[in-house]
Amino acid sequence: MSQAAAHHEHEHHDHHPSGITRWLTTTNHKDIGSMYLIFSLIMFFIGGAMAMVIRAELFQPGLQFVDPQFFNSMTTMHALVMIFGAVMPAWTGFANWMIPMMIGAPDMALPRLNNWSFWILPFAFTLLLSTVFMPGGGPAGGWTMYPPLVLQTGAAFPFLIFAVHFMGASSIAGAINIIATVFNMRAPGMTLMKLPLFVWTWIITAFLLIASIPVLAGAVTMLLTDKFFGTAFFSAAGGGDPVMFQHIFWFFGHPEVYILILPAFGIVSAIIPTFARKPLFGYSSMVYASAAIAFLSFIVWAHHMFTVGMPLAGELFFMYTTVLIAVPTGVKVFNWVATMWQSSMTFETPMLFAIAFVILFTIGGFSGLMLGVTPVDFQYHDTYFVVAHFHYVLVTGAVYALMAGTYFWLPKWTGHMYDEGLGKLHFWMSTISVNVLFFPQHFLGLAGMPRRIPDYSVQFADFNMISSLGGFVFGLSQLLFVVVIVKCVKGGAKATDQVWDGAHGLEWTLPSPPPYHSFNTPPAPETIEGGMR
Amino acid sequence: MSSAAHADHGAYYVPDPSRWPITATIAIFTMFVGGALSLNHVSAGPMVLGAGFLLFVYMLFGWFGAVIGESESGKYNEQVDVSFRMGMGWFIFSEVMFFAAFFGALYYARMYSVPWLGGEGAKVATNQFLWPQFTAAWPLFNPPSNYGFEQFKETIGAWGVPFWNTCILLTSGGTVTWAHWGLQKGNRGQLILGLAATVALGALFVFMQAEEYGHAYHELGLTLNSGIYGATFFMLTGFHGFHVTMGTIMLAVILGRSIKGHFTPKHHFAFEAVAWYWHFVDVVWIGLFIFVYWL
Repeated sequence: MSQAAAHHEHEHHDHHPSGITRWLTTTNHKDIGSMYLIFSLIMFFIGGAMAMVIRAELFQPGLQFVDPQFFNSMTTMHALVMIFGAVMPAWTGFANWMIPMMIGAPDMALPRLNNWSFWILPFAFTLLLSTVFMPGGGPAGGWTMYPPLVLQTGAAFPFLIFAVHFMGASSIAGAINIIATVFNMRAPGMTLMKLPLFVWTWIITAFLLIASIPVLAGAVTMLLTDKFFGTAFFSAAGGGDPVMFQHIFWFFGHPEVYILILPAFGIVSAIIPTFARKPLFGYSSMVYASAAIAFLSFIVWAHHMFTVGMPLAGELFFMYTTVLIAVPTGVKVFNWVATMWQSSMTFETPMLFAIAFVILFTIGGFSGLMLGVTPVDFQYHDTYFVVAHFHYVLVTGAVYALMAGTYFWLPKWTGHMYDEGLGKLHFWMSTISVNVLFFPQHFLGLAGMPRRIPDYSVQFADFNMISSLGGFVFGLSQLLFVVVIVKCVKGGAKATDQVWDGAHGLEWTLPSPPPYHSFNTPPAPETIEGGMR
Repeated sequence: MSSAAHADHGAYYVPDPSRWPITATIAIFTMFVGGALSLNHVSAGPMVLGAGFLLFVYMLFGWFGAVIGESESGKYNEQVDVSFRMGMGWFIFSEVMFFAAFFGALYYARMYSVPWLGGEGAKVATNQFLWPQFTAAWPLFNPPSNYGFEQFKETIGAWGVPFWNTCILLTSGGTVTWAHWGLQKGNRGQLILGLAATVALGALFVFMQAEEYGHAYHELGLTLNSGIYGATFFMLTGFHGFHVTMGTIMLAVILGRSIKGHFTPKHHFAFEAVAWYWHFVDVVWIGLFIFVYWL
């Protein structure tokens, strides 16, 4: 128990197997976090390539490059890859890297489980992506897997179902680990209301995951038995109901939306105060607003299915609860703006992405309000307006926060500053092109263009061409992101421990890059300022 | 060796690199590939599935063996214990939500889809346009369309085997608690006897359930393919039966460890985790008994 003995143990543990064995067997949160982030970046480009196929096909009316079945499998796989392969693993990667450092812990609470949650993903996506090459093609009924259409999938069908089960197991294990870490591994003095908001939003996300992913697993299990074992869950002929699948699916699906966005709220709440050099406005209201959003997310699901013929009471209930979510979300946007009010801001790349997040995510929020109003949703349902809406919240929302977070913590992870000029170029290219890509889709949707269709009437031609051009530029701009990351990993100006002037929190008290195990003994309580400061 | 373990002085426990998680992933991946190939009628499917299963069993022995070894050599401090408790607790909660999906399907079928198909309320047209001769009922002996679905004569009544199975599971909840008292008092005989009784009751439950399934399939004509009633009945009871089987195996492992002299009156998380799991399976059965068999 002497200092020397502890030190010796510490030295000893830094030895790890070399080569591939290190990565296959690691129990270290930083190794696992890096693997999550690299995996997610690869998936981001695979999903992005699928999006390029979609936009190329939609460049002009008529069928140009791919047959409709393949086009539909691209829209389906693009969604599955981006949601389950890119955004969710990226958040878990951030959680792995940052949560132990932010709460003063040496590692995650259950390190072997952590390794398992990561290594499931490459195997699950091997199952999923291999389906594109199977007889009958990849799943093409949409990522929502509605029966009876999805039951027409060819040989890919059981692989799709098992891939979803597998990814679900990974998410649940990851969520359990994060809950155990935050509730059990905090350094003395790190009280709950001192936690950085990223940690708070992740705990809430973890609860959402544990409560919703098993429901998805149940739903797809029933699809499997309907297809292969003669059950009648989703067959009206046997007394079941295809709409029942939609209810069960969206009971998972709506919390899933917040699983994708809540950690983004946390990251933005870390970045804005740093570059505004001012404590976050309304810390506790941010915590309560996140919890309120999470609670509401379980009672709004049927707003995805206003047009299925629900009873009127259902339509009204789900409309009211849906628009109610605008209240806590509004609290958050207000707090971010209030944090920037009369502050001394500078505009480094993370801040640019964070400010763009606040503006563009809010646009996505507003179109979401429009969609939440039942009578008008009858007009917008299944049109490009919906596509525009969820890409504003997921691309300029979740993905922008991921990029902001990457630029923000990259110097901490690598010990080098990234190339600020290239970062800014990446930001401006992305932000201009993403709006050219998605904004016209609002008009297409309002004019009646349906989603998930490889061909369209000629009156939609102009906006589709503009949108595709924006898409190609946005896709190419992301190569800059890779360049910045690779350059930063390889070298660059030495980063200080604090990295940013206005940075506060335990992770900034560690060296850049931090030691293999973050805190081998808990940090002194007086070093903990907390998210509130 | 792990960088452990000055437990009482605020250092943390972080396990060494481990090959078990990746082994688990490969095993499950192989099982999924084998399962999917089998469903697609590829002849190699069952073999791949079997190979994956063998690897999975090997992994279970290896991974749990490693954890038991670390636990018995006293490496786990209070903090690790709490992490395990949280992990198990939230895992059980995720299982509750898994069952919730199937219970949701049952309630939806009974409250909405079957009455709507029968033309209830505003859904007159549904009945008129689809199957005008259909009348809603529960249990649903005659699905809207006879094409592709098996009709059945009778359901399994609540007060026969299901009632006795309820008694068996409730008793087993008592015996496992009695065993826990024995462990806390340091009375190893009571621990082993209580656990053995629990394992026996669990096995008896599974056996009776299997008998009942045979009866349903061969005499009553009630199968997975009997419309929504058969689907919800077998999905819920089957998924539960699978959990009872798992729980019984887990209890048997704990029994074996108790006989070998593992666990102390203060330090026996594995016992408690399995006991929690067993009570969870018990509570789910009460739900099944009420909503599937009785009401």
